[in-house]
Parts: sequence; C-alpha cells; structure tokens
Amino acid sequence: MTAKPKSWIGASVERLEDLPLVIGRGRFAGDVSFTHQLHMRMVRSPYAHGRLKTINATEARALPGVVAIWTAEDIADLSPIDFREGPNERLAPFRQPVLAAEYVRYVGEPVAAVFASDPYIAEDAAELVTIDVDELDAVIDASLPTSEFGAGLTTEPTICRQGYGDIVAAFKNATTIVELDLSVGRHSGVPLETRGAIGRYDAARDVLELHGAAKVPHKNRESLARMLGRSTAGVHIYEGHVGGGFGVRGEIYPEDILVLVAALRLGRPVKWLEDRREHMIAANHSRQQRHRIRAAVDTEGRLIGIDDSFFHDQGAYIRTHGTRVADTACGILPGPYRLPHFRVNGHFRLTNKTPAATYRAPGRYETNFVRERLMDAIALKLGISRVEVRRRNLISPDEMPYERPLVALGDEVVLDSGDYEGILNKALERFQWDKLESDIRKRRKAGEYVGLGLAMYVEKSGLGPTDGARINVHANGEVEVLTGGASVGQGFETVIAQVCAETLGTDYRRVRVVHGRTDRIEYGIGAHATRATVMTANATAVAAGKVRAKALDMAAQLLQADPSSLTIANGSVVRTDGAGASISLGDIAHHLRPVSPTRGDRDPGLSAEGWFTTAHMTYPYGVQVALVEIDPGTGAVHVEKMLIAFDVGRAINPALVRGQLVGGFAQGLGGALFEEFQFDERGQPMSVTFADYLIPTAHEMPKVDILITEDAPSTCNPLGIKGAGEGGVAAVGAVIASAVDDALGGKNLITQIPIKPQFVKAIIDGLKA
Amino acid sequence: MIKRREITLTINGTDHTIAVEPRRTLVDVIRDDCGQTGTHIGCEHGVCGACTVLIDNEPVRACLMFAVQAEGRSIRTVEGLQQGEQLHPLQEAFMRHHALQCGFCTPGFLMLAVGVLEKRPNLNDEELVDILSSNLCRCTGYENIIKAVRAAAADMKARA
Repeated sequence: MTAKPKSWIGASVERLEDLPLVIGRGRFAGDVSFTHQLHMRMVRSPYAHGRLKTINATEARALPGVVAIWTAEDIADLSPIDFREGPNERLAPFRQPVLAAEYVRYVGEPVAAVFASDPYIAEDAAELVTIDVDELDAVIDASLPTSEFGAGLTTEPTICRQGYGDIVAAFKNATTIVELDLSVGRHSGVPLETRGAIGRYDAARDVLELHGAAKVPHKNRESLARMLGRSTAGVHIYEGHVGGGFGVRGEIYPEDILVLVAALRLGRPVKWLEDRREHMIAANHSRQQRHRIRAAVDTEGRLIGIDDSFFHDQGAYIRTHGTRVADTACGILPGPYRLPHFRVNGHFRLTNKTPAATYRAPGRYETNFVRERLMDAIALKLGISRVEVRRRNLISPDEMPYERPLVALGDEVVLDSGDYEGILNKALERFQWDKLESDIRKRRKAGEYVGLGLAMYVEKSGLGPTDGARINVHANGEVEVLTGGASVGQGFETVIAQVCAETLGTDYRRVRVVHGRTDRIEYGIGAHATRATVMTANATAVAAGKVRAKALDMAAQLLQADPSSLTIANGSVVRTDGAGASISLGDIAHHLRPVSPTRGDRDPGLSAEGWFTTAHMTYPYGVQVALVEIDPGTGAVHVEKMLIAFDVGRAINPALVRGQLVGGFAQGLGGALFEEFQFDERGQPMSVTFADYLIPTAHEMPKVDILITEDAPSTCNPLGIKGAGEGGVAAVGAVIASAVDDALGGKNLITQIPIKPQFVKAIIDGLKA
Repeated sequence: MIKRREITLTINGTDHTIAVEPRRTLVDVIRDDCGQTGTHIGCEHGVCGACTVLIDNEPVRACLMFAVQAEGRSIRTVEGLQQGEQLHPLQEAFMRHHALQCGFCTPGFLMLAVGVLEKRPNLNDEELVDILSSNLCRCTGYENIIKAVRAAAADMKARA
C-alpha cells in the first residue's frame, strides 16, 4: 500500500505494528529480562479440595541457587486479590488468596513460590516441595445443591437477578410453552503466549514496575497500589507485545502480586513465565453454564416472556471480574428480539475447578447459544420456519433507540441503532439460504447428514464512560498519539493512527501510537469489552481536531492567510485553492516551541489533549449462517460453508475488522466442537496440554464469508463506530448447534456444546436403530 | 549442580560458544544464552509450533531438542530471514495479507513455511493447508496465513 486512499478512515491499510513481529524483534513478556534477575516458580496444589496441613520446603531450600521459598505465612500481610471495580463486601470472602492458606480449592492453586537464580533450578526446587492435605469432596457440578465453601459460607455467593414485566401472567397467557435444558462447556481464551510477569523495584526512583502487563494497565495499577499500600505514582505498568489477550490475560493473578512483592523484599528483579500446563489449570477458564429456560409464546410464535434459571460455574474463587460474566449474561440474553416479560436468575456457584472469568464475548457466547436454541425450538413446536420465527420477533429500526430495563456491564441497556431484519435479509440472500434448503433435501435423500444453521445476535461494545488522548507533533513532522489504550494484537496502533491521520491531514505512517504505559499518561481504559476503537479513537479524533485548529491558526499567521482558506494535506498546511506557499506540520511545531518568537501568546507546542465521554454502550449486531455436513461413521462435524454478517456502524479498517471476525470465528468453532476443560470426579483436570485441549488448526477452519455492513452507525459517538472484536466469536456456538441439529433431523437433540463426535455418532446410531 | 558442557551453536551463520547444562532445551538456549528471542515458546511439548526453527533446513520444534543435540548443525531462526534491509518474501506477504495479529505464532509459521517452500515450491493448496495445520494460531483463523504463504510461494519462485 503506497498510494494515499481518499480517506484514511475506511481504508484497509497495512498495519503499523507488523515489522518487529515478522523480523523476530518483538518484546513479549518472555523477552523482558533485567540483569541479576531471579526466577519464580509456583508450587501448585495437586488436590482439588482439601484442608492444608503442612508444606515442607526444607529439601527445596537446600538446593544451591534457591534464594527463598514463600508460603502464605510469608505474605500474611497481603490481602486476597481485589476486584477490579473496587471493594465488594459481600463477595470479599470468596476472593482468591495470593497463596493458599487454610484450604486448597482447585488443582493448580498456588501454595508456595520458589525464587531461584535460574528457571531450571526454580523448577527443580518446586518439585521438592511437598504438601500435606486432608482431602475433601470436590464440587464438580455447579447445578447440584450448594455445599460449604468455608465457615458460614455456601458455594452460592450470590444470585444474579434481572427481569421486568409480569412473568407469571406471561406464562398464564401463553398458548405455547417451550422448555429447554441447555449447557455450555468450560473453555477459554488460551492465547499462544502463556502469561508472564516481571517485577522490578527501582529504588533510585522509588518506583515499582510490572512488565509483561496487558489489557487494563491503568485499572491494574490502581488495584496493585491499593493492595500493596503504595501511591499510584510509585507503581508503573509496562505493556510490551501481547501474545493474545482474549479476556484472559491482563487480569491480576497471584503471580503478578508475587513478582512485585518479591522484587521489593528480595531486592532483585523477579521474572515469572507460566508453562502451558500451568496456563491450562491456572489462568481464567470461562463459559461454563447450565440454563433451564422457558419461553411463553403466542400462536404466531411471538415471544410473550422468557423465564431463565441458570447455574454459572465460577470455579474455586471469585477473581477480579466479580460477577460480571453472569451479570452480562442476564442483561444481554434477549438479543435482537422484542420481549414483553422477562425473568432471569443466575445462580453464581463455586466449584473446585480453576476460577472462571471473561473470555471474548463473555455472557454472549453462552446466551446466544441458549436463546437461539430456544428460537429453533419454538419454530419446531409451532411448525414454522426458523427464519420466520425470528423475523416475527425482531425489533424494528423505527423502535430505535430501544430501551430495555436491563443492565449489562453496569450500563442500562439501550440498543442505539440497528436494522436487524435488514441484515437478516442480506445474509440469507448472500448465503443462498433458500437454494441450499432445497439442495440439502436432495442430499439427505441420498443419505447425507447435512444441515443449515442460523443465529442472530446483538453484541455490545464501547463501554465508557470516558477516555482521553494527547497528541503532540514533533519538529520533524512525526505525530505522537499518547493513549491509555492497550494492544492485545488487534491492530490498535494502526486504527488510532488512521483516525488521527484523517483528522490531522497527515499520512498514518507518520503517526506513532503509544499505549500500555502508565508512566506516560495518567488515565486509560485499556483494551477490553470491545471498547478500544470506540473510546480511544473518538478521543483521538477530538485531540486531533484541536491540534488541527492550532496548526491552521499558527499557519494563517505565518502564511498571512485567512485560516478558513487553509487546509492540511500530506502533513502540510496549504491553501484550499492550491495556490501559494505551504508549511509543514513539523515547521509549525517548530514555530510553537516555548522559545519561538513567532508563537505569540499561544501555548507552546503543537499539541492538544482530547476527551471523549459516552453515556451508553453501543450495540453492533449480526447474523451467522452455517452449512454443516456430518460424517455418520465418526460423528465428526465439517463446516462446509459459513457466513458472518456483522454491522460495525463504521469500519475504520475493513481488513482488520475482517481479521477480527474470522479469528473470532475460529475460537467460537473451538468452543462449539472441540474445546473443553474436563475434570474427573475428584476434580483432577484432564485437559492440560494441546493434545487433550483441542484448538482448531488450519484443517478445521472452513472458508468464512464475511459481510461487513455499515447500515446503522452508532448514535453514541461522532465517528459512528461499533466495535468488532467479539462479533466473530459470539454466535458460533449458536449457529453450529443449529446446523448440526438440522443435520440430525431438526429434533432439538443438540442441547450442549461442545458437540463432540462421540455424541453425534451416538445420536446417528440411535436414529438408525 | 549439573555439569555444564561447552558447545558451539551456529545460528544464522554466526557461531555462539556457550556452556550449557545438557538438559537445557534448544529453544531456551537460543533465547536465553544466544539472545535470539524471536523464536517463541508456546507449549513445550511440540504441539503448537511457535518454536519452529530450521535445522539443516528442516523445520524442527526447538522445544523438543536439547541444545547439545544441535551442535555442529546449521540452525536458522526468524532473525536470519531478512537480508540486510530486504525482507524475505514471506515476511512481506505476512504483512501485506494481514497474516498476523498478536504475532506470537508468526516466527514459527514463517520458519515452517520457509523450510517447506524452499524444498517444495509447487505445493498445491491441500498440501499447503496440511502443512500449515501443524502449527497453531489463536488470532487469525489461519485464512490470511494461508493466503500469505500462497502469495509468497509465487514470489519466491519468481525471485529464484
């Protein structure tokens, strides 16, 4: 890409971040090292549940190279790991301690930390630490009756309740009631880079540094400062390259606290890198829920009410997110449909498994599966088509903005804009749904197991409330955008540069985007919940607008022209009629130096700060359609054809949006067909390597047709953006379940994901019998 | 203390003489002892392929070998692909086709593809997908990786 596109916004330009990554010069957590550093290794519980009696580290301590071994006693002054959104008295007793003290509650729970001069020695020493535990029964199924978590505490810390209308009357008035029992398996983000954290205390500056951070550096700085009793000015977080985030990385885990405290107390930098097995048992799991859901419908298949009771398998502790995933599930469940009455009770349950939290499209992947299975079931029961039952219930564009008395991520749900039926029509036509329906009838007659699936969904994005950016033009014309955003590999730098370049009138390759640095900017929202582009890009546009105005004002004086007759093109201020002299942004910056006599009474610097605040989230939406074929001999599901139609309001870089959707689809496909963290009855994890936790390879990926629409720009922000980060993954469980079910005769036999081959094969064998 | 052994590893044509414990994996030594951190570690049991390097021009999982086993052999890593300012056609293609997001798996995919395309420039699409399915990527869904490798294969043939 060399030619300048008509507009930087909307152009599929190449990414700015790629060069170091393709030449092997990236800086991931493992690549960060400091001289004289120590290496930390965790000793983890091999028991799922038990009372901790003794930890014997005598032999391990004697190993040459071992500097210290800590157990809970050594860090008794540290509180359990706090919630990101601040203290919560009711949930506080269920937080995870940094090191297990009285009980161990999942296999993989940290019970001791070894610090040594070499990572191999640290690992040797960790293996010599022995743990004596009185084993207790492990809770594996979150839907069984509650038991005791600790003294006076049950395994149900809370029930997440939402709803509106009169659900009892709704069911009384219904002509038809459809009821399902649906389960979503436990899976998670599983980035290719495992976690890593490097703590370093710089006594010269009295600054405690955490390297290898991600996702929410500023929020984490606040939490860490609070937990460690330090001023936020004395804690800094450094994000390097991030080998995949997906919600999992960048939360505060026990290891992050330990490297910091050890750096302070042991007086040396401390590096910790997780191995893959640890990642599979210690980093956040996600998704696992069981829903018992009922729909009350009229004779035409219109929803009167939905009553859902679900069990959310939180695992052993409540981590940084609190109850956010279950809350989001409650608030987002109704999707794109009109729903007069609604009640949902989310039983937030603790089990003896790895703690759970967010994974890309948390609460939506699960509820899209549940709600769309319900819509298919309604269609089946009333004998109407799956397309028609959706059509009859969709919220129409003239009902927008559509207020729903529910809350998601602490934000009242107001669907800002959308043409749901419009995108359904576009998707079906592009997929040739009608033609495929008749095709598969023929194929079935020939003995094939083929089916079509359909899922509609509303995503959420751009949770505020506020983000800022600072832009400074250097004297060589290079533009620096300082943000509190974060990059998890999604192309953040490129997108922000495009927005800045468009507003400022320079080439996006002249824009350097800074992120993930708490020492450079005081506030930042980071990169989570599909908000970076919405929030930071809009703040960048505001700041760039101010810089532009200042540049034009200064240039008007220098060129002796009226500011209204000037514009900025290719990094220089020129006259709109193309005549006369021009002056580059770099030269203008030079004229605005503090010592410059031409500056006049303007503030020094060609720079400005911009803020963007939004009242509500914005809601992208989409349709996923799939054609699958099942091998009756093995039960394996093969996706023959796939379409994702997704409305992003306005795409800053369509190639990157497409990349997000296709990549997200691959993860969704994993959760629909392959990926599952399984445990035996004693709580032993059975999925601890890539040989037993199967993430899709190039083989499993179908060709995915992507239709990006811009029919409904967001009304919540001036750029009209709706985020794309989670739109690919969100409805894949739903659409694949719908298609597999159809291939098996459309009898509502698929009630859980992942849909494993042995399960499909058993159904087929049953159908044949 | 396990006794260290002095070995010389030849990485991208440069000799690194180092003393290592025989139990140290090749990938750890390439990264920590030789300072070439472009080769990544994703699973340490040979499944994900993030640590793929070329040994005597064959793609190899550097996490499944000990460094001492690589002595006297030619090791090629991602740092050796670029010739001066000139990027390798695969590096260019990965950028042009948006074949990376977080970039963590990228060095492994590049080395896998280089190793294969140098020997078999005429791979058909099916063979290509088959080979690329030996490495894992969690971001891209592979579509653009396949596209990039296909484009680079044509480019490499044209330049050869």
